[in-house]
Amino acid sequence: MATVTLQNVRKSFGKTDVIHGIDLDIADGEFIVIVGPSGCGKSTLLRMVAGLETVTSGEVRIGGKLVNDVEPMDRDIAMVFQNYALYPHMSVFDNMAYGLKIAKTPRSEIEERVASAAELLQLEPYLHRKPRELSGGQRQRVAMGRAIVRKPAVFLFDEPLSNLDAKLRVQMRLEIKALQRKLGVTALYVTHDQVEAMTLADRMVVMNGGVADQIGKPLEVYADPQTAFVGGFIGSPPTNFLNAGLIPGLATGNTIGIRPEHLVLGADGRLQTTVAYTEALGAETLIHCRLPDGNQITARQDATQRIPAEGETIGIDWNDGDAMLFDAGGRRTGKV
Amino acid sequence: MEKRVTFKGIWLPILLVLPQIVITAVFFFYPAGQAVWQSLFIPDPFGLSMQWVGLGNFEYLFSDPYYRASFVTTAVFSILVTVVSMGVALYLALLADRLIKGAGAYRTLLIWPYAVAPAVAGVLWLFMFNTRVGVVSWYLGLLGYDWNHVLNEGEAMGLVVVASAWGRISYNFLFFLAGLQAIPKSVIEAAAIDGAHFWTRFRTIVFPLLSPTTFFLLVVNIIYAFFETFGVIHTITSGGPQQATTILVYKVFSDGFVGQDLGSSAAQSVVLLFLVSILTVVQFKFIERRVHY
Repeated sequence: MATVTLQNVRKSFGKTDVIHGIDLDIADGEFIVIVGPSGCGKSTLLRMVAGLETVTSGEVRIGGKLVNDVEPMDRDIAMVFQNYALYPHMSVFDNMAYGLKIAKTPRSEIEERVASAAELLQLEPYLHRKPRELSGGQRQRVAMGRAIVRKPAVFLFDEPLSNLDAKLRVQMRLEIKALQRKLGVTALYVTHDQVEAMTLADRMVVMNGGVADQIGKPLEVYADPQTAFVGGFIGSPPTNFLNAGLIPGLATGNTIGIRPEHLVLGADGRLQTTVAYTEALGAETLIHCRLPDGNQITARQDATQRIPAEGETIGIDWNDGDAMLFDAGGRRTGKV
Repeated sequence: MEKRVTFKGIWLPILLVLPQIVITAVFFFYPAGQAVWQSLFIPDPFGLSMQWVGLGNFEYLFSDPYYRASFVTTAVFSILVTVVSMGVALYLALLADRLIKGAGAYRTLLIWPYAVAPAVAGVLWLFMFNTRVGVVSWYLGLLGYDWNHVLNEGEAMGLVVVASAWGRISYNFLFFLAGLQAIPKSVIEAAAIDGAHFWTRFRTIVFPLLSPTTFFLLVVNIIYAFFETFGVIHTITSGGPQQATTILVYKVFSDGFVGQDLGSSAAQSVVLLFLVSILTVVQFKFIERRVHY
């Protein structure tokens, strides 16, 4: 168990700056998710905490101790990789016991720790198999087991679920959350999937182009995005962005963002639109409408509400309290 | 869907494989058959008549201490060539694998020696170690060491081993480097996080994952040392001193074409034929059942 502190952490590869100064304080036992599109530097940031990448400038502290120049093995961390990175020539047992054997842990303790991890992860029947004889989900569990048995101060996850199919991903997501709660270990989790970020995180870090756009609790970030990027990235379907000039009483050049669930369809409204097409998802239906200026806007309706037909002309409206105003640079300037 | 090419008649396929069959027949089956046939006879010195001796040539051969010594020489020579060339190649491949800048140039330079024919390689090393004018032996002389591979058996063996292994390092290097680069980087990183230092990682992760490559190279290098080092030995030591570097292949040549004992030479060829068959079977069995992780 430990805190992790990042202080103005920067990373450059040659002349290319990848991470432009990140500050982050992670409390003991906290589950932090770093989320962002590919290429935003989130994996690089995680690898710097792991010690697999050098820190160009700034400070990384684990448990209060400066670890910029500490080898990965001495940082008291464990990492789960996207491709699991299991040792292909070793059995599941040996994969999990590897770190303990190197640390010269007594044989009886190794067996005890591996057995309890295997029990926790329902891996007991597979301990003597090789990784290639396991399914994707089982390999994922072995990778987790390898991290657990070492009882590290910090868990690092690098997109651990992205190689799994959708159903298994949901299941493993829940298991990871439950496991982290149970063990109480500080966790740093990188993903490009905003649903994983929303569901797993105590606090999430939304990264964009090497900068942390916003750090906060998932629902706070969702309700109150600080930049247009965060508003667009978090939430599915994404926030609608409208040129403020379209709406009477607002200055042009600004943008307003409204979440699909906040749009109200009706005969009247501040905007008149044509329904382009609808997507019925069961419990809800997405209604994609075309605005007079050609842009598209998406509204979400519950199954109980009336669903307009494609081609129908309808009015769209919203509460001013739900509209978010962004300036030309994408910065949040407040409510409308 | 049929993916293979299919032929309607029988004549076109036969015509297409004929060149290969003819070459194999003329350059392999015919001489091999001749060797087996000749190994059962002793020809007279002028080659005018042959006397049937059955397995007499083989009996004589295996009671000959020089021939038995040649087996030992071959084993020592092959093991040394294999160990030296594979060991150095693995070391260089490990270095090249870690290299980021200039890796291309480094690799290209390391591959060059492979292009040098064994006999030419032999002459190169001979020049360097020539007891009178060789640059290395001259410097050794300055250091007070009297290098003379013409008289010293150990030095002669050392020189032919180094000259044979030298060109081979390139070949082995290529395979080792490819093998190393096939190991996922994240596996190595996982081991590093698990607490394994470089040497531990090499011993417990890298080397086991490299074992298919290593075993393949082991077989290929032994076969090389057995049969393809003739040029090196011929140019450097001609099998001497006192047959200290006469490996089996060289003895076939020296007994048959220098010593004019064609019956014994043919018998030795047959023995070698057996040896190479065994090695080839081992090699093919291995390649077919190659371990994939």
